[in-house]
Amino acid sequence: MDRLEATLFEKSSPGRRGCHPPSGGVALVDPVAVLGAELVRETPPALPELGELQVLRHFMRLSQLNFSIDTNFYPLGSCTMKYNPRVNEVTARMPGFARLHPMQPMEAAQGALELMHNLQNDLQEITGMDGFTLQPAAGAHGELTALFMAAAYFRDRGEKRTRVVVPDSSHGTNPASAALAGFEVITIPTNAAGDVDLEQLKQHLNNEVACLMLTNPSTLGLFEQHIVEVARLVHEAGGLLYYDGANMNALLGVARPGDMGFDLVHLNLHKTMSTPHGGGGPGAGPVGARGALVDYLPGPRSARQGEGFTFETPSKSIGRVRMFWGNFLVLVRAYTYIRHHGPEGLREVAEGAVMAANYLRARVKDAFDMPYDRLCMHEFVLSARTMKEKKGVRAMDVAKRLLDYGFHAPTVYFPLCVEEALMIEPTETETLETLDSFAEALLKIAQEDVALVTTAPHTTPVGRADEARAARKPILRWEGEAP
Amino acid sequence: MIPEDLRYTKEHEWVRLSNGVGEVGITHFAQDQLGDIVFVELPPVGTRLEANKRFGTVESVKTVSDLFAPCNGEVVAINTRLNSDGDDFQPELINQDPYGGGWMIKVKVDNPDEVTALLDARAYGELAKS
Repeated sequence: MDRLEATLFEKSSPGRRGCHPPSGGVALVDPVAVLGAELVRETPPALPELGELQVLRHFMRLSQLNFSIDTNFYPLGSCTMKYNPRVNEVTARMPGFARLHPMQPMEAAQGALELMHNLQNDLQEITGMDGFTLQPAAGAHGELTALFMAAAYFRDRGEKRTRVVVPDSSHGTNPASAALAGFEVITIPTNAAGDVDLEQLKQHLNNEVACLMLTNPSTLGLFEQHIVEVARLVHEAGGLLYYDGANMNALLGVARPGDMGFDLVHLNLHKTMSTPHGGGGPGAGPVGARGALVDYLPGPRSARQGEGFTFETPSKSIGRVRMFWGNFLVLVRAYTYIRHHGPEGLREVAEGAVMAANYLRARVKDAFDMPYDRLCMHEFVLSARTMKEKKGVRAMDVAKRLLDYGFHAPTVYFPLCVEEALMIEPTETETLETLDSFAEALLKIAQEDVALVTTAPHTTPVGRADEARAARKPILRWEGEAP
Repeated sequence: MIPEDLRYTKEHEWVRLSNGVGEVGITHFAQDQLGDIVFVELPPVGTRLEANKRFGTVESVKTVSDLFAPCNGEVVAINTRLNSDGDDFQPELINQDPYGGGWMIKVKVDNPDEVTALLDARAYGELAKS
């Protein structure tokens, strides 16, 4: 592996310090006498010893090795890596939000409560739900929250429903959340058009199924054409329909999960509402519910009280799923994004995202396999199957070679129902020139010398990592000599 | 490419039957589809296997897949070179030698007829092609 930046341990020099505090002016205490010898180290911990400027430069250099949406195009499918408007950062840094203490009395945080209340209402309007919780910290947390709500709902009705159905194109978090919530997972296949196979769905629906979890548009980037029929079938069998909001960017202001018949939804504010996504988070995965399910939402939620706002917990609430008030400053960013776009602006977001994806799809489709060749929504899935069979070039190789052209790789080998999948989501925030240069890079890679592609990347700070060895024999901490 | 003397499942496991004991692994086609294999989870010796039910998992850099029992029986040996706790475990043997060093478990088969009723090399070849 290339060496880019030595570790702090390697840069350590005995006795070097970031600061030398003055004497405290009080007598030193022997820790052994106070704490007892069993609690005191015999030898000091093996920590690196450096000056402040060295440490700052180390982390600054590491940060510059990062690839990010602020530096390059990032068409990572199902992740909605859009531009994060800087105005979001302005509002999130307003002292009235940023300096609030989580235990501040409600009377002294009315602005924050009003923002949460307004955001709950906006998300209800965007999704067609009757109520929202802002607590879940990210998408999978939202899924788990909604499944706990579904479990409580059926328990109260005296129904024993132990199964959750997911299509084979679902995000891996769907079956994982269902299993974590104590359900048995049933996977059903996708039909040749890329939709839920209705016959298979009918076969598996019965009075043991609590919920069908669906992403619409699906991870194939396709709008579920029979969604109304799917909803009817699930409801007739007494089950609930859950909307995975990962791909909501395609539908903002155009169509609403509630109108399609979904009972529960989560949104990924860090994707759709640009709060931003990546960098280790935090995210926000609010959950919305319709009808009787609203009573089961986690609490407390912001609610109107006279002229002001207060926190209330729904009557049959499953309780808290996050300490305090969720990732509040993420909510501020999402609210800023929603208000500065407005209803028409959000619709344009979706239209732009769908147009960009279809433009790219049309430009590159002839150079790859298109397992589902129809108009897509905000993303599309190519396959390198023929390329692999004819030349031994895999999706992974194409992805790695894209790095040489200055583009982040698309999502690869997902969804699982497509062989050698490359899943591309350009988002609405890229220029035509960027989309064109990405398309040209893909077309060029399809023609390039096999050895060049299968050994890529060649221009990045780190070349091709040995993923298998990294997974088989990971080195997770400094294993050299103590400084 | 597909050994003639083995039997195969639709889930891409192979069985080599000898004196009532079946050696089980995954096919060349399966390892090629999975890519570099990084971890294998196998059942302890003594485990009862039920035909077509999951008996373990195989994890590659791309995905995690279930392993399915080709027949009813009892596990009498596992290939510890694939997943021992030591530093020298070599799951890559499945990629390098799927029909040999990459074998996974040995099963004392309840009824050898169950194994001979599985796919032969020609039938499996047709399946892998489709």
